[in-house]
Amino acid sequence: MSALLGKLSWDALPYDPIVIGTLCVVAIAGCVLAFLLIKHKLLGVLWNDWLTSVDHKKLGIMYIVLALVMLIRGFADAIMMRLQLALATSGDPGYLPPSHYDQIFTAHGVIMIIFMAMPFMIGLMNIVVPLQIGARDVAFPFLNNLSFWLAVSGAVLVNISLGLGEFAKTGWVAYPPLSGLEYSPGVGVDYYIWALQISGIGTTLTAVNFLATVFKMRTPGMKLMDMPIFTWTCTWANILIAASFPILTAVLAMLTLDRYLDFHFFTNDGGGNSMMYINLFWAWGHPEVYILVLPAFGIFSEIVSTFTGKRLFGYKSMVWATASISILGFIVWLHHFFTMGSSANVNAFFGVMTMIIAVPTGVKLFNWLFTMYRGRLRVTVPVLWTLGFMVTFTVGGMTGVLLAVPGANYVLHNSLFLIAHFHNTIIGGAVFGYLAGFAFWFPKAMGFHLNVKLGKAAFWCWLVGFFLAFMPLYVLGFLGMTRRLNHTDNPDWNIWLYIALVGALVILAGIICQFLQLYVSFRDRAQNLDTTGDPWNGHTLEWSTASPPQYYNFAELPVVSDIDAFTDMKEKGTAYVRKESYAPIHMPKNTKAGIIIGALITAFGFAMIWHIWWLAIVGLVGSIVTFIARAYTSDVDYYVQPDEIAQIENEHLDNVAKG
Amino acid sequence: MLTRILSKVALALMVGLLAGCQGGVLDPKGQVGIEEKQLIIVATLLMLVVVIPVIFMTLYFAWKYREGRDEIYEPKWSHSTKIETVVWAIPVIIVIILGVITWKSTHALDPYKPLKSDKDHINVQVVSMNWKWLFIYPDLGIASVNELRFPENVPVAFQISSEGTMNSFFIPQLGSQIYSMAGMVTKLHLIANEPGTFDGYSANYSGPGFTNMKFKAIATETQADFDAWVAGVKAESIAGSTNNGILDQASYDKLAEYDLHAPVHEATPVQYYGSIKPGIFNDNVMKFMKDHGKVELLKGTTFDSNMIQGNSNHGEMNHGEMNHGEMEMNHESSEHSSDDMHTEAEK
Repeated sequence: MSALLGKLSWDALPYDPIVIGTLCVVAIAGCVLAFLLIKHKLLGVLWNDWLTSVDHKKLGIMYIVLALVMLIRGFADAIMMRLQLALATSGDPGYLPPSHYDQIFTAHGVIMIIFMAMPFMIGLMNIVVPLQIGARDVAFPFLNNLSFWLAVSGAVLVNISLGLGEFAKTGWVAYPPLSGLEYSPGVGVDYYIWALQISGIGTTLTAVNFLATVFKMRTPGMKLMDMPIFTWTCTWANILIAASFPILTAVLAMLTLDRYLDFHFFTNDGGGNSMMYINLFWAWGHPEVYILVLPAFGIFSEIVSTFTGKRLFGYKSMVWATASISILGFIVWLHHFFTMGSSANVNAFFGVMTMIIAVPTGVKLFNWLFTMYRGRLRVTVPVLWTLGFMVTFTVGGMTGVLLAVPGANYVLHNSLFLIAHFHNTIIGGAVFGYLAGFAFWFPKAMGFHLNVKLGKAAFWCWLVGFFLAFMPLYVLGFLGMTRRLNHTDNPDWNIWLYIALVGALVILAGIICQFLQLYVSFRDRAQNLDTTGDPWNGHTLEWSTASPPQYYNFAELPVVSDIDAFTDMKEKGTAYVRKESYAPIHMPKNTKAGIIIGALITAFGFAMIWHIWWLAIVGLVGSIVTFIARAYTSDVDYYVQPDEIAQIENEHLDNVAKG
Repeated sequence: MLTRILSKVALALMVGLLAGCQGGVLDPKGQVGIEEKQLIIVATLLMLVVVIPVIFMTLYFAWKYREGRDEIYEPKWSHSTKIETVVWAIPVIIVIILGVITWKSTHALDPYKPLKSDKDHINVQVVSMNWKWLFIYPDLGIASVNELRFPENVPVAFQISSEGTMNSFFIPQLGSQIYSMAGMVTKLHLIANEPGTFDGYSANYSGPGFTNMKFKAIATETQADFDAWVAGVKAESIAGSTNNGILDQASYDKLAEYDLHAPVHEATPVQYYGSIKPGIFNDNVMKFMKDHGKVELLKGTTFDSNMIQGNSNHGEMNHGEMNHGEMEMNHESSEHSSDDMHTEAEK
């Protein structure tokens, strides 16, 4: 091991033709992108208006771009796994040896949860929450930018592992002792640790930031129980993040000490106990699934009430149902390991607690139903996603309650039934929700509409593909097939594995439609501009701004007196009032500090993974110094002048009048 | 609507499966598995009572109240105490019923609880190794690799541990699975009520050879068949088999060897040991404490695992035993053979 390069050597380079091929494609795509940016002289715009921006709307868009990029990576892993399992039947080894296949299923889980679903959720939250509560930005705009770059840093580390070294071969939960040095001596688990650790800290900061925002920066008149339901669900998700992500940070830190400094928290010997890791991991991991799905519930609530042209049925029930799901979400973690040998009393307690969560979730479903009742439902793309969700998620909820019965869990645990269940809730719940939110708020964030035909095509492909891909896995679970198998030799399983592959390909078609939709909509944007800012006849304050919203969001903070604040304004005729004069608006300046810290932390993580100690010191000290320097900078804000505001506002009001 | 068709297909598939299929957890061959299958069916049916109406109402309301149908439109209607009470009450009632079923079934199906039978149980000590299963029959003085044999209708009491990574000991057609963890002993009780050969797996991913970590569990038709097999293993006379002789620490260590980097293409072949060193299972559970757990307390005093037992010189070697989540003395000594009941001091 050299002092200069640590464990890094020529051996770290890939030899697998699939990996080399992927890297070549990525390199070519990167070059094309760089060429286009330079050709259209967009590098300056990219840097000044986006990468250094502290505007929550732009950060939100960048989070979603990150999520979509990582979706491609995570989905490529999924297709490769399904293909392997469809080929590797009846004794055939397939095309992926365990050393590669095991990395793929680990990467798939980590990427889809941490680097796809989380950024997508946080992206939507960034775009929408400050607008819904009538705020001009989040409480700590620079911190928001920093959180984003920490998320990117983690994603970059995961992607570097593709080309240099390996990723963890442990499954996304990385249970010790398998993830300990004895059984995973390579750099794979270190990539896992640092990617999750860095992005996890970013996520914690985001939660703190948004909690401060909703508690302190609501527009005049908006009480907590007047907050739009999406904001409420995000707030509960943020409470969950603030309470659970530190557990992840701690458990990863302990695993780090085991691997780097010969500690014995989780080792077999020296008094270590792997059960401790498993408990701590799920004390974070279970709240994490609610962090993903609660905001999606909020999105469905907004969509149902908007497109039925009705108030949300049972707003208070919805808020309290969300609250009880959040709190109960913390006392169910043991259901991830009923088979670890706890007593019947302990298992039964956690089983019953888990089932109780079905109550508030059921209430939510009924409330969406009764919102549709006596409404005027416009069947748009967001509504299709919502209906698809309600049908799909009900099935996923049922299998979840089944898994919560310890007696049933003893035979279904770690089987493909479990895999089918959580994809049923995460795809059918969270992902459908994000895609619904994407279609719903896209015109608001970008200023033009999405192509409807391709949107509908994407929905149907996802829905059909989902059922084709995952219903067979329920069957396979009943047939006794366990998860993470590299090949099979049970002929009864084959047909179901083939159907699942077909399902995955149909989902692929859905994803292609989604990207095609983005391209076509961007190409035809001039004909599909949203000039009014209120394309769906919305209920909440984000629809009172222009599309895309003015960078200061609100020229004057709106005063609200109703849950459906914007509907209330439209009814009272106060929605679009031209003001005589405006007061200057206090705004934060963009900053380079976030991206610089992100880059330094990435260098630090990379150096820790490869034991390049000098670079680790440079990265860590550099990022701390940058942070302190930024903290001592006083040139962080400016005022938007009244004449500029008047010009922007009048232009918007003219457009509304024309529209 | 496609959604409805799809959900129907999905439900039909699940119901069809419940009705009958070959192998797997819905085709159980033992009492534990049979009870678990019934539990799955009852819980599923109970939930379908809510799930089917919800799916139906979703599609019906979406169709009935879609734009342009001139149904009643009440944009401001958003609260009804009656409806809210009902929508909270329905799931509450279902969950109460399910909760009672859960509480009772969890106690009835506790994997640690010995099964009631008029026949004496057989003790089997299970060790998961990278990436194979070692089955030790302490009372019979034999051991086998990747083959587990016992007579039908005789309950089997498993003590389960691991030599390295965590695995899960699982024979889907017989019922429950339990994790195997190094330095700890978990327990499981199963029975086969029909003779047959059942697939056994590790249900918890444990490294590159995981997929091939499978074994056959064979329930023999008669006690005599089983006894003949035991005699054959002891006499090293089973045709075509590998018999490695005595399972002592040296041969145990040799069996436990693994290579993280060598590709594993198939399951380790079945092997037998005609005799075993008494207490080999507990020795290897305890070694994680013994060899590495020594801590200097005071000058000249070495603390090691033996001290936990205090003066008890008849106590079992079982600190590592995970009995319902805590380390405690095992008083069920009648369940275990004298082979595993000895202390470090006795050796």
